Formats: sequence, structure tokens, C-alpha cells
Amino acid sequence: MSMSGCAAVIPHSAPLGLMNVLQVTILILVAAGATAVVLVRDPVRQVIALSVYGVLLAVLFLAFQAPDVTLSELTVGAVVVPLLLLLTLAKVRRREE
Amino acid sequence: MGVFPFVVVTWILAVGLYGIVTSRHLVHQIVCLIVVQSSTYVLLLGVGYRRGAAAPYFSDVSVHTPAVDPVVQALALTDVVVEAAVTALLLAFAVQAHKRFGTLDPQELVQFKG
Amino acid sequence: MNPAVRRWVFVAGAAGLAAFYLWGLTGLPGFGSYPGPYGDIINRVAVAQTNATGVVSAVNFAYRAFDTLGEEFILFAAAVGVSVVLRHLRGERQRPARDESMDRNVAPTSDAIRMVSLILVGPTLVMGWYLATHAQTSPSGGFQGGVMLATAFILIYLAGEFLVFERISPLAAIDAAEAVGAGGFAAIGVSAVAMGLPYLTNFLPLGSRPGAVSSSGTIALISFFVGIEVAAAFVVIVSELLEQTLLSRQESR
Repeated sequence: MSMSGCAAVIPHSAPLGLMNVLQVTILILVAAGATAVVLVRDPVRQVIALSVYGVLLAVLFLAFQAPDVTLSELTVGAVVVPLLLLLTLAKVRRREE
Repeated sequence: MGVFPFVVVTWILAVGLYGIVTSRHLVHQIVCLIVVQSSTYVLLLGVGYRRGAAAPYFSDVSVHTPAVDPVVQALALTDVVVEAAVTALLLAFAVQAHKRFGTLDPQELVQFKG
Repeated sequence: MNPAVRRWVFVAGAAGLAAFYLWGLTGLPGFGSYPGPYGDIINRVAVAQTNATGVVSAVNFAYRAFDTLGEEFILFAAAVGVSVVLRHLRGERQRPARDESMDRNVAPTSDAIRMVSLILVGPTLVMGWYLATHAQTSPSGGFQGGVMLATAFILIYLAGEFLVFERISPLAAIDAAEAVGAGGFAAIGVSAVAMGLPYLTNFLPLGSRPGAVSSSGTIALISFFVGIEVAAAFVVIVSELLEQTLLSRQESR
């Protein structure tokens, strides 16, 4: 398995108009996602929103031709940080019982 | 299109700050801090982008293909992983605060001095 | 200051901040028209100078290796900080690990989750190892590979096997692995000094052709050590938080 075909995975020779549309769409989605993450007040639900926001950010980084940052953001933002948050919430919630 | 990504960066920053200021739960505040940090990643990558260019990996294209800036990608890459660890440290402090003061409301925590 | 007043003060301040921020950002040369010059220079010379085709990793581990050393030590310090804060909270008691699920009234892990998690542990380990050791050829590197390796450990916990997780990641060994990773990076730099070169110079043989696995000298080696350190740091952090949740269950009985 080779990951050296990344330049073909993110087609830099795609028509500029198409790349523009993709970038504008994903930027709007990221702005909406950030607003959603902040406006959700319950911390447990906010963790799910943060996970989705992490995936949206990863797609944005891919559209900006940065596959390394995509890999980092995907593993960190969609798996590790929500896990840390849920563990903290479990610890805090159990003391309140 | 020339300035739209930077408008989005400003919006994410403002929304995250609004969440931090009006939050009533320490973990909610920490998540809003994560949102503020993510605005800097978008800004870094937006600055280095070149229209019609490829990712800076030359294992299958020639070295003279126009590519985007690799230095800002290197900065953003280490940034993402390190901020996760710092978030973990903040969460540990939140656990400690809950154990000592019994509450996670930042507007009540501010009344405890020391 | 009650919440409503606080909200209006914030809106006023944020409007001013956003106005100045946007004014500054519109002074940039516009999205998509990157003027250079250092990005173009590095793209042109990096493959010839380091035999690494992944220029981002070359920047991270060769051209700006000192910055990466600093960032890695931020990670190290954060993991140590989490340990210190939470272990102090736990006190000095040493608890034997045993199955406390009898007293909990949580639903048992569903079989679907157990099966999928356990099946994915192997591929995640292999993928993480691949990413951590192939920094110089493709979009990979120590940081991403390390986080994916830590994710493999987390999958074991998610499969409901907390006792297995505790047994295969004893905190003393993971702490040692983290120290080896962080110290290894610094030691590579010091061994360059021992040969009379500046700190963190790429002094190992560069390999036969660009993009080979054994190419690019110290870049691959540093990436390997960074992968170990990042994986160990995240496993330590998750272990500490998991111990906290178990501890609170024991205290509340």
C-alpha cells in the first residue's frame, strides 16, 4: 500500500471553478459547525458536536492541499479529544451522584 | 473569494470568544477554547495556499510542480497534536477544581480566592 | 456584573476586535496568491538536500527541528502535568485492579462494539507504525503515527477490556517509553554536536535515492522517536483519566 499517490488523491489539476466551490462550501460548513459547537450548552452533547466539527475541519484541510494536517486533525479531533472530554465528564458526574 | 476564508477565521474566533465569556460550565468553556484554537489552523493554512497548486509531496510528481507552502503546514501539524495535550492538562485542572470546590460553574468559581 | 451586562460588554469589545482583525487580514495578499519566497525555495531544494520527498516532514525534522523539539517537550510537560495533578488527587493508595463491574449499573458493552473494536486494533497498530516510520516519503510523520498508536490502546479499552488495558500499559513502562522518546530526540541532536556539527544537523547518510525508506538521514530516526513519545504521552493521559473514573466509583460506595 502506498500513500505516495496523494497528489492524485487531491486533484490539483481539477478545474479551478470546482475547487473554488468545494472550498467555499466547506468554509461555510466550518463556520456553521463552530457556531453549533458553541451554542450547544450541555457538555455531553457538545462533545458530539465537537467530533463532527473535527471531521469538517479535516475535510477543509484536505481542500487546502494539506494531507499531513488532515491526518493529525482526524485522529486528534475526532477520537482522542472527545474521549478525554467524556472521561472528565464521567468523573465529574459521578461525584455529583 | 480573496478575503472570504479570513472572514470565516474572524467569525470562528468571535464565536469561540463569545462561548468562553458566557459559559456556565468549565468543560463547555474548554471546548470553546478548542474552537478558538482551530481558527488559527484555518488562518495558517489559508495564508500558505496557492491557487491551482498541489500538496508539497514530490514522490510522484516532478520537483518543479507548483506547490503550497510547506512551512505553515509543518507549524499547523505540530500545533494540532500539542494543543490536544494542553487541553488534557486543562481538563485535569477542571477535575481538581470540582474536587476542591464542588462546582464547575466559572461564575461561582471566581469567588473562591486561593 | 450580571450575565446580561457581561454579554453586552463582550459584544461591544468583540465588534471592535473583529473590525481591527479583519482590517489587518485584508491587508494580506489575498487567499490563493501566495507570494513566497521561502515556501518556493524550500520546495525546490528540499528533495535534493535531504533525499526526503515529504517536504513537510523535512521541514519539521530537519530545517526546523529545534522548533519541533520545543513542541515535543510541551507535549511531554503536559502529560507530566496531568500525571502530577491527578496522581496527587488519587493519594498514595495502591489499589489492586479487579473487576468492579458488579457494583456498577451500567449496560454491558454490546457485542458489536467489542467485535469491531478488537478487529480494528491490529490494523490501527500497523497503520500507526507505518505512519510513524515513513515520515520522509508521504504524508506521515511521528505526530500522526504516535496518536494513531495511542488510539490502538484506546480501542482495547473501548472493547470493554479495561483490565487488559491496564495490564498491557503499566504506567511505569509507559512513562519510561515517553522518556525514551523525548530523550532520544534530544540525544540525536547532541550526537551531532559530538561530531563537531551544529546541534540537530542531519549527519547520517542520506540514502540512495529520494523517497526510499532508509533515506533522509536523521529525519526518519527523529520521526520514529517522536512517534514513540507522542503515543506514550497520550496513553499516559488516558490512563490517568480512566483511573480517576474508577476511583470515584470506589469512593462513592
